[in-house]
Amino acid sequence: MEPVIFEERKAQIQRKGAKGAEPFSISCNKNSLAGAVSQRACVFCGSRVVLYPIADALHLVHGPIGCAVYNWDIRGAMSSGPELHRLSFSTDLREKDVIFGGEKKLYQALLELIDLHKPNAAFVYSTCIVGIIGDDLKAVCKKVEAEKGIPVIPVQSEGFKGNKREGYLAACQAMFTLVGTGDTSAISPLSVNILGDFNLAGEIWIIQDYLRRMGVEVVANITGDGRVEEVRRAHGAALNLVQCSGATMDLAKMMQQKYGIPFKKVSYFGIEDMSDALYEVAKFFEDKDPEIMTRTRELVREELRDLYPKLQLLRKDLVGKKAAIYVGGAFKAFSLVKSFRHLGIDVVMVGSQTGTQEDYQELAEITDEGTIVVDDTNPLELSAFIKEKDVDIFVGGVKERPIAYKLGVGFCDHNHERKEALEGFLGMYNFAKEVHATVTSPVWNFTPRRRKSPIASPDVPACAATGRVS
Amino acid sequence: MKKAEPFVSTTNACKMCTPMGAALAFKGLEGCVPFLHGSQGCATYMRRYIISHFREPMDIASSSLGEKDAVYGGKANLMQGLLNVIGKYKAQAVGIATTCLTETIGDDVSMILHEFKKECLAGLNGDMPALVHVSTPSYGGSHMEGFHAAVRAMTGQLADPEAAKHDGVNLFSGFVSPEDIRHLQDIFAHFGLPMTILPDYSETLDGPALEDYQNIPGGGTPLDAVRAMSGARASIEFGRTIKPDLSAGEVLREKYGVTHHSLGLPIGLRESDALFTTLESLAGCAAPRRYALERGQLLDAMVDGHKYVAGKKAVVYGEEDLVVGITSFLSEIGVKPVLVASGGESGGLSEAIAAVTEEFPGEPPLVRDGVDFYQIVAEAEALEPDLVVGNSKGYRGLARARNIPLIRVGFPIHDRFGSQRVLHVGYRGALNLYDMIVNALIKKKQDDSPIGYGYI
Repeated sequence: MEPVIFEERKAQIQRKGAKGAEPFSISCNKNSLAGAVSQRACVFCGSRVVLYPIADALHLVHGPIGCAVYNWDIRGAMSSGPELHRLSFSTDLREKDVIFGGEKKLYQALLELIDLHKPNAAFVYSTCIVGIIGDDLKAVCKKVEAEKGIPVIPVQSEGFKGNKREGYLAACQAMFTLVGTGDTSAISPLSVNILGDFNLAGEIWIIQDYLRRMGVEVVANITGDGRVEEVRRAHGAALNLVQCSGATMDLAKMMQQKYGIPFKKVSYFGIEDMSDALYEVAKFFEDKDPEIMTRTRELVREELRDLYPKLQLLRKDLVGKKAAIYVGGAFKAFSLVKSFRHLGIDVVMVGSQTGTQEDYQELAEITDEGTIVVDDTNPLELSAFIKEKDVDIFVGGVKERPIAYKLGVGFCDHNHERKEALEGFLGMYNFAKEVHATVTSPVWNFTPRRRKSPIASPDVPACAATGRVS
Repeated sequence: MKKAEPFVSTTNACKMCTPMGAALAFKGLEGCVPFLHGSQGCATYMRRYIISHFREPMDIASSSLGEKDAVYGGKANLMQGLLNVIGKYKAQAVGIATTCLTETIGDDVSMILHEFKKECLAGLNGDMPALVHVSTPSYGGSHMEGFHAAVRAMTGQLADPEAAKHDGVNLFSGFVSPEDIRHLQDIFAHFGLPMTILPDYSETLDGPALEDYQNIPGGGTPLDAVRAMSGARASIEFGRTIKPDLSAGEVLREKYGVTHHSLGLPIGLRESDALFTTLESLAGCAAPRRYALERGQLLDAMVDGHKYVAGKKAVVYGEEDLVVGITSFLSEIGVKPVLVASGGESGGLSEAIAAVTEEFPGEPPLVRDGVDFYQIVAEAEALEPDLVVGNSKGYRGLARARNIPLIRVGFPIHDRFGSQRVLHVGYRGALNLYDMIVNALIKKKQDDSPIGYGYI
């Protein structure tokens, strides 16, 4: 399997406990290797993914049509109200715009779309081409903002200026221009912002329900089921809960610096991480509300009372199976390793597109000896790892799915296109059901790796056509 | 609500970008890895979009340009990327498409490839894969321009000027489904006509389950067959709106004098007839009986079902050549195409639609090219269509909003299973479309009825 690994990428792949691999160290946060078919996207994609669920904002992609079209209404980020985010707006730049500049077109597009859709703010995304032709995005946005009286915010997300991480930062910077401009007078002292939850399949509503039962007010959803007005008053919350830390940690840090709002890193996936998140919140507010911890314990107990027996039923078919994980952000990988443990499944490979040294260190700590830990991998490596470890289930996104299926391995989609809620205690059950459904499918009995085809043996000459074609 | 004309912005585009079309076309060359010279995101976005339709691996390599490459040029990354792809994938061919980034910074890809071949030949032990290059700035047209440009580039750059004359026929089938490609291959085989179809992604994008993962899926038009295209007795190219400078058939005609037959996509009765009569004249014999039978069965179905579809009004959208074929067929069966729309801007749509609808009485359909779904939805409002024919992207705005059926054809189909196996072409493809249309209308009537008959 070694031949599939590029020399330049060797330091981005480690095996826990392997000779010379202690102490654990991995190379990461590098530009993708040319020609390696990285599973990563670009800066623009990073920004788009973070801001997309803000449902009452206009999201205008300033660039050629492709950048806007491939993410039009593909993601499962739900809104309880307006759904402007589900439309795809582009300046659709043409050759003459590239030659003469696209500022005028951008200006007209903004006026036209703002008049038509009456958004509460507009985000204007820069793409590769805009970075090259040098349109002054800021100036155009400022002009339109003055004319239309809504925030018009440039997002500096030229695709080539790094990887998704830089896109996250650009998105956080864009949102931060809104924070602090709204009225915070009626906000409860027991209040949080939810950062880094994108309300896929209504997940943020599950988390909000838990917080409500604990007596905690949610000020801003950032960005799942997000609203401009919420972001504007986000500085009124007492605490920031940061999931998907790669995407929104920058915003949490900016808010801490400017408004003194503390943050906690959380994950809502899996039993431990979900419970821990709620307990962290309870602990944080305990001095203001001594009863909150009791309520939280009761909530978790209630949820688990319902969940455990259901999990046990599924677990008995899954014990001893092996899993591989490849996701965008590393936080999800931590939670998945723990979730799989509840199902009796060993994680034998884990990786992410944008993890940091600390992330991978932690992953190595919570996985077993021999587990492959990988940064920014590609189809060739993934297929080699899956075969080598003979895994039963692979967790990833749409781009990883055909790799699993071609190898006759079960798959669970844990990316943004999914339409199944996987957060919270309910999400853990949905996850277990999905894992069970795929791992125990009878189709794996027949895939060629497990059972040879009884027909068309290469050792026997093939029948000639009979010629009965007329 | 309507946007003020003329629209400046695009809302919900009814097209994709040029490099996407090129990547798809390159996927139909045997042993070929599509390669985008640009930033990493383009390749990844397109891969996800394509995978969601075909449910197959779709590796697209990228030169992954970063900020300094955008300033100093992408040559180093392109060369490094090519070496990596060739080394790891053991590619026989690499199809290199540019993107808006590299077109605008002015990378001279032809020259870089020339240097690459000189500098790296020894390192590759003299085994240089075929390198095809196409210029596809995404601000210069839609995915169909990219698709055709890539097919033309493969043909023009690979066809051997010294190729021996042979009896084979070249078929440039356009952007059809893997099932369409298989059907076309069968048709030619039954005629006894040797043929080379380009691109052939019938296996690369609809592959079997196998024992091992293939870095490059099997199938695709063999390189040698493309090289021999210049010696073929004739070419057939589908697509009434392909401009000559994007036509692969034209390039072979101009450079090597290969007779070129330009036909519409063979969708529906008359466009299929045009294909079969062309094949008869090329083969010098009558079509095999099975096709006479299929044609008869199609006509029989059209008669049996004509009252279910009579006078129904349809909105058709998608790639220009596809909508021409669909419109032609709908007109034949008695469905009234009221609006025919495309994001494409070849300039030839109106004329092509007129050509396939003129023999029928009544108002010709509204033809709109260069439009987006926002405009299509607005335009459809007053037309009160009964059904919609196109890809998945019109589901929400056109079909769901009006509670009318969507007949899913073309690309992308992201909300149904088996997209790669939708048969559109030939008499049998028309039968398939006909069954889908009639059944959708019956289902609509049945679902809307308070009685719930199981006999309609």
